[in-house]
Amino acid sequence: MAPAGSAAVVEFREVSYRVGGNLILERVSLSVSAGETLVLLGRSGSGKTTALKMVNGLVFPTTGEVLVEGRGTTTWDLIELRRSIGYVIQEVGLFPHFNIGENVGLVPRLEGWPEERIVSRASDLLHQVGLDPAQFLKRYPRQLSGGQRQRVGVARALAADPRLLLFDEPFGALDPVTRLELQDQFLALRDRLSKTSIFVTHDIREALRLGTHIALLHQGRLEVVAAPEEFLKSDTREARAFLAGLEIEPRSLAENVS
Amino acid sequence: MIRAGLAQEIIELTSQHFVLVLVAMAIAAAIGIPAGIFLTRRAAYRPALLGFANVMQTIPSLALFGFLIPIPLIGGIGKRTAIVALVLYALLPILRNTLAGILGVDAAVRESAIAMGMTDRQLLWQVELPLAAHTIMAGVRIATVTTIGTATIAAAIGGGGLGVFIFRGIASVDTVQILAGAIPAALLALISDGGLGWVEKRLSAV
Repeated sequence: MAPAGSAAVVEFREVSYRVGGNLILERVSLSVSAGETLVLLGRSGSGKTTALKMVNGLVFPTTGEVLVEGRGTTTWDLIELRRSIGYVIQEVGLFPHFNIGENVGLVPRLEGWPEERIVSRASDLLHQVGLDPAQFLKRYPRQLSGGQRQRVGVARALAADPRLLLFDEPFGALDPVTRLELQDQFLALRDRLSKTSIFVTHDIREALRLGTHIALLHQGRLEVVAAPEEFLKSDTREARAFLAGLEIEPRSLAENVS
Repeated sequence: MIRAGLAQEIIELTSQHFVLVLVAMAIAAAIGIPAGIFLTRRAAYRPALLGFANVMQTIPSLALFGFLIPIPLIGGIGKRTAIVALVLYALLPILRNTLAGILGVDAAVRESAIAMGMTDRQLLWQVELPLAAHTIMAGVRIATVTTIGTATIAAAIGGGGLGVFIFRGIASVDTVQILAGAIPAALLALISDGGLGWVEKRLSAV
């Protein structure tokens, strides 16, 4: 974690968010430096998705502020801010009336890239996420499996070479084997492209595997921010509840079955 | 059985009927679709506008034609009044389907579009309208078929069309005249339904 005032890519300053009488986020402060992968870990309703959506200006703090590259999200031109941030969600949200090439090339097209550069960029990205461009460019989202769709979702987020990527439980709806494959892909891409990422999940294994830092949210409050090795030692109640999920070993499961 | 000149008159009144419906539908779509889009952006106006269109729909058609006659500018006897009444009738299905079609776009697709930095105009033209097109078209189709039937009443206020046959046939207890109005009107409705249904299917081919 970078100290406040240094080159944080994203910084939350005393961020609270209230809907009616409900406090969704309460005085959350944290920062993400270049190249880090911050995992926002928490159970449903902990406020992690709301926090993520504050980074690309889909939601704004009730009090406090979120800074992206040193500027508050309320002072950014939102269109410019969003186009500079990749966004991947669990439902993927591919455009059903666009083929895969058009889906991946969307932000470059909005940015007015020349057509041949968009196509070569889309091909290159599909290749990077493990899909054969010759086979997939002209297909439509409905012709793809869940795992393939999410690969396209990741390619689309990377299209305009954003400095920052946001992931909202991207692999949550996939089967365990595909999920592992996509996690590997994520790690490989991160090492190759050295992007800054914020990754929302409720899966402690995914958090430990992908995060360079883990921020644990509980009822809107930030309980722990730590690197994975230190997170394993944290002893708040909520952290222990999550860590307990790791103790279900394959062997004991096998014994239960037999 | 068929009197001389009847065939000629059938063609003439059918084309009058067709033009009446075509003009009314063009105006209704030109008002209803933009109004429906407006309502997707301004939820506060939904009850008032949908309520208005709903009330128009519930007024018995013969009465609506009658109500319009004394109103200056849009009223009077003739085609213009008939078109105004037909537009008021056609508005609701178009308005409602435009609203439903756009609001029915998958929330994840809309969120992605916004998060990727689409402007509201780009969201509308590149995502919402293409995905809502077949629902909007269904509204236009339903409105057209209904309007073809309702337009027969236009003859009661001097608007012409196939209703001329029907009213004349009723007055003179002449079944041939009634059928000369009813059959072309039914055929017109069936053909429009089929044609617009085909367009609708093409639009939903995503």
